[in-house]
Amino acid sequence: MMITVTVNGQAHTRDVEPRMLLVHFLRDELRLTGTHWGCDTSNCGVCVVHLDGTPVKSCSVLAVMADGHEVTTVEGLERDGELDTVQKGFVECHGLQCGFCTPGMMLTARWLLDRDPDPSEAEIREAISGQLCRCTGYENIVRSVRWAAESEAAS
Amino acid sequence: MSAYGRMHRKEDARFIRGRGTYTDDVNLPGMLHGAVLRSPHAHAAIVSIDTSAAEAHPKVKAVITGETLAGLRLAWMPTLSGDTQAVLATDKVRFQGQEVAFVVAEDRYAARDALELIDVEYEPLPAVVDARRALDEDAPVIRDDLDGKADNHIFDWQAGDKAATDAIFERAQVTVAQDMLYPRVHPAPLETCGAVADFDRVTGKLTVWCPTQAPHAHRTLYAMVAGIPEHKIRVISPDIGGGFGNKVGIYPGYVCAIVGSIVTGRPVKWMEDRSENLMSTSFARDYHMHGEIAATRDGRIQAIRVKVLADHGAFNGTAQPTKYPAGFFHVFTGSYDLAAAHCEVTGVYTNKAPGGVAYACSFRVTEAVYLVERLVDVLAVELDMDPAELRMRNLLKPGQFPYTSPTGWEYDSGDYPRTLRLALDMAGYDKLRAEQADRRAAGGPLMGIGISFFTEAVGAGPRKHMDILGLGMADGAELRVHPTGKAVLRVSCQSQGQGHETTFAQIVAQELGMSPGDVEVVHGDTDQTPFGLGTYGSRSTPVSGAATAMVARKVRERARVVASAMLEASPEDLEWAEGRWAVRGDPATGKSMAEIALAAHSGLELPEGVEGHLDAVCVYNPPNLTYPFGAYVCVVDVDPGTGQVKVRRFVAVDDCGVRINPMIVEGQIHGGLADGVGMALMQLMAFDEEGNHLGASFMDYLLPTAVECPSWELGETVTPSPHHPIGAKGVGESATVGSPAAVVNAVVDALRPYGVRHADMPLTPANVWLTIQGRPFRTDLAIP
Amino acid sequence: MQVPARFEYERASSVGHALMLLERLGPEARVVAGGHSLIPMMKLRLAQPEALVDINDLAELSHLAVEGDELVVGALVRHARLLADAEAGRLFPILHDAERVIADPVVRNRGTVGGSLCQADPSEDLSAAFSALRATAVIQGPGGARTVPIREFHTGPYETAVEPGELLTELRVPIRPGSGSAYQKVERRVGDWPVAAAGAVLVIHDGVIAEAGIGLTAVGAAHFAAPEAEESLIGQVPGEEAYARAGALAAAHCEPQSDQRGPADYKRHLVGELVRRALARAAERAGRGGLR
Repeated sequence: MMITVTVNGQAHTRDVEPRMLLVHFLRDELRLTGTHWGCDTSNCGVCVVHLDGTPVKSCSVLAVMADGHEVTTVEGLERDGELDTVQKGFVECHGLQCGFCTPGMMLTARWLLDRDPDPSEAEIREAISGQLCRCTGYENIVRSVRWAAESEAAS
Repeated sequence: MSAYGRMHRKEDARFIRGRGTYTDDVNLPGMLHGAVLRSPHAHAAIVSIDTSAAEAHPKVKAVITGETLAGLRLAWMPTLSGDTQAVLATDKVRFQGQEVAFVVAEDRYAARDALELIDVEYEPLPAVVDARRALDEDAPVIRDDLDGKADNHIFDWQAGDKAATDAIFERAQVTVAQDMLYPRVHPAPLETCGAVADFDRVTGKLTVWCPTQAPHAHRTLYAMVAGIPEHKIRVISPDIGGGFGNKVGIYPGYVCAIVGSIVTGRPVKWMEDRSENLMSTSFARDYHMHGEIAATRDGRIQAIRVKVLADHGAFNGTAQPTKYPAGFFHVFTGSYDLAAAHCEVTGVYTNKAPGGVAYACSFRVTEAVYLVERLVDVLAVELDMDPAELRMRNLLKPGQFPYTSPTGWEYDSGDYPRTLRLALDMAGYDKLRAEQADRRAAGGPLMGIGISFFTEAVGAGPRKHMDILGLGMADGAELRVHPTGKAVLRVSCQSQGQGHETTFAQIVAQELGMSPGDVEVVHGDTDQTPFGLGTYGSRSTPVSGAATAMVARKVRERARVVASAMLEASPEDLEWAEGRWAVRGDPATGKSMAEIALAAHSGLELPEGVEGHLDAVCVYNPPNLTYPFGAYVCVVDVDPGTGQVKVRRFVAVDDCGVRINPMIVEGQIHGGLADGVGMALMQLMAFDEEGNHLGASFMDYLLPTAVECPSWELGETVTPSPHHPIGAKGVGESATVGSPAAVVNAVVDALRPYGVRHADMPLTPANVWLTIQGRPFRTDLAIP
Repeated sequence: MQVPARFEYERASSVGHALMLLERLGPEARVVAGGHSLIPMMKLRLAQPEALVDINDLAELSHLAVEGDELVVGALVRHARLLADAEAGRLFPILHDAERVIADPVVRNRGTVGGSLCQADPSEDLSAAFSALRATAVIQGPGGARTVPIREFHTGPYETAVEPGELLTELRVPIRPGSGSAYQKVERRVGDWPVAAAGAVLVIHDGVIAEAGIGLTAVGAAHFAAPEAEESLIGQVPGEEAYARAGALAAAHCEPQSDQRGPADYKRHLVGELVRRALARAAERAGRGGLR
């Protein structure tokens, strides 16, 4: 069926099977491969994107369900050549190693900071608790988000 | 100015923008998609396979079975332990999830649909699930494909001096024995395994994109297995979404993708799903250990002896140097000054997935450290002695290095007491013990304090002792310095997130007086890099990092000759100071690498016999392993009413020798600590009596989240490796190796009021509660 | 990654339209809202509906408000919204306790209250919470709306009173002055399904327990409830003794199964322990009783 999904501000119209998962729509149809997948059961969270501004697991959303809606992926975090503070924080605090969970982590972090500009360490840990990272032991992800919060507060 | 130190990673720029290229991101024109049909049974004869309906699917291009492969002599492939493994089953299936057929279709959805159209008739056979029953007289024989095989025995192996060890045990004042299981776990990187194979029928060239930790070894094995000339094979290991040992081996799916491309003449992508990853690719551990420790009454440890039953699954696919069927397990004497030690290891086949990889661990060192650190705690309980004090009393002393262990390892360097003291100080050990005593006296909430002191053995390894399938474990490096003084380093090892592009650039920069930003690191492409055995067993910095330093020093020596021509001085009269070649005693004459590089490519007249340019190649054959070590302290709170464990604090003091980029080192340690908490508390692959896998998704194979992890408290000591060119020891796996014992020791310590001396991992709420009830159970089997 | 088998997809624009679509598509059609449970099941091909009716556009099912002496929770209210709603949390802390431990924050952004109840997983937390609260489910069918007490809503594992062609539209929770409630869960790891969990609601009048509701999750309790334990509490003075007795009764009357989360006897033990703890917390919240 014909669907139109606005991704990172740009409308894309495609003819897709109803069963196509949003993550495959982004990766295979639009070639936005920054959104990854890592499990089948909505546990790992490497596929997190924003759907109408809210983080969801794109492996458990059908592309047809996103018809007429807005999606933001990691590729949409950078605006006019300027990195998002969260992206800067991840570099600054070594919040990533293999980079596989990073897009989802950053998108959740962005959402968290938009709702709560000064989250505690515990609140950050809770916010990313549906997303796995096998490299960082989460320590530097938490620090990256705190760095972004402090950096945004200072500016 | 040192090029070492904290520095942002070069690789981050692409990853934070979602611009990495992982295997599933590779998209080639005309690419087809493969899917694997897997066995639902742990052990069953294959009566028939009917692929006709799948072949009739309009989007299916090929269906490959074991029979197809047998025609190409590819039905079986060698494992990393020199056994054979079925690529696609022909006679019978030997574990649940084993590969039975491969479908190639126009898209991944169609490939998956077509699997349902394949009709396989099985005749179920009794399965061998419990390793302890594998050698029973009446146990079904799993490997009847092997000539004359009438049991499930793989090997017996031993190390150490049995007679000397037994003699000590006979007259020892105190001996304690403990059975312990290191259960089957899985590295579970977030990116699963997979491959894109592209066979060009015109040129005869095969290109394979695959997240492999060992691209060169894969290329050589493909040449041996598939008979394609090695120079016509290019393995590209693009960005890897974590490896942890899972991506060392060659899996049947890779071979199927290659055959699929050869058969269809088009590129074929195969990416396994999470269940496939957990059910069929390399597991780790599965060691059933019986350990004994002998000591004097005043706490002097004298000897350790161990018997191990090793569950290797249906094919012996363990990754380890050929000489060592139990890997480096015999480093189990750990960090202590023992008079004697002995171990016997027996490997058996069971109806489970093959593998047995170093899961963030150097070839079974994790099992070894867990064994000794648990035994020491058991002894501490027996002697009613503080476990920190018992360790301190028995640690090797700085003056004993280099130290030859009772099982033959030569530890390079260490100052163990200093490291343990620092960890205890950071933790506030005495205060913690006081708090615990107060709580126990008041009948308050349970808390436990666990210590682990580990010695790793990494950086395999010396060629005369270590090879994998005959390939020596030395690594090459190539360094080019362009005329304008910018450098390109080419190395064989491949990063799975460790930051090689940054760290290795820092090594070159440090050796040549350059900025790390002026050094590009090329890796992961066999057509562009020299041969080497890959990244696992913490060997990147110990081996490829050493090769990098050595090749940079070669370049530096070549630069010396060029500089001597520039300065019209004899090379012997030059000195390397502050990153420049200068006339001895006259730093103002110094020539930078950029100046020298330009001169080396110019018309400058060079001494006779000097070729010009600065490029160099080298191979580093490590003279010994390196031996990082560390002291960990874990504090837990346990709710006896529910069995829930909360890790309150974790202090980790690591000594990995010289730290090139401390930021990256700390990140590696953080990740390993989380792994340790995961293994100690939740990660488990258990099987029911039919051999059904009970942890085949992330709903059941639990990995720790940010909530279970405390904020890690790190400390460091630095004891350089005397034989490594830059004194580094490697750190990628230290924390995974050292931390599980600290967590388990802490939980067992918390349960001491209940008379608990040991409990097997994982310490789930149910397990803790049952342990309190005095009813420990086999965690590797289904809960009864 | 696993992918679902083929199915037909329709997006409903109103409750009436959804009912019409369900009628047209027949009994093999399923309603999809958040999809974070159903779609993974479809990927693993444990569920293979022939058609999906997407109700995400039905704003009329997204209401969350106090109406008279009831809290009304629309079926399409997302978990995150219920968790963030201060009034719901003030009236029924048990709902916030339960929501806080359902899956993870990202899943809670998408998953819905109605979806959780209709999935009818025996391990689903909200089912026990609503059972303890004695909520009422409102089900819309071609012939109009009907109400079903929550304790008649679940007819078995993965089975509910919602007939083919019908749609769960809202939950109604009676507001009881003087009440307190709580939910306690033991999980192997944050975000996991419970090993066992218990919810408790107490209404305390004049120093004695006037009403009691106990919900149990993942332990084979019929309708997620513990009626024997509830009965034992009526007329009792709130206190550890009464809670322990209720816990023991709840433990004795449930039917937990052994699985990788734990053996049956451990789960039974947890029921006693968690009922006791939930009751104490509920009483504390009711402003009296507690563990004095």
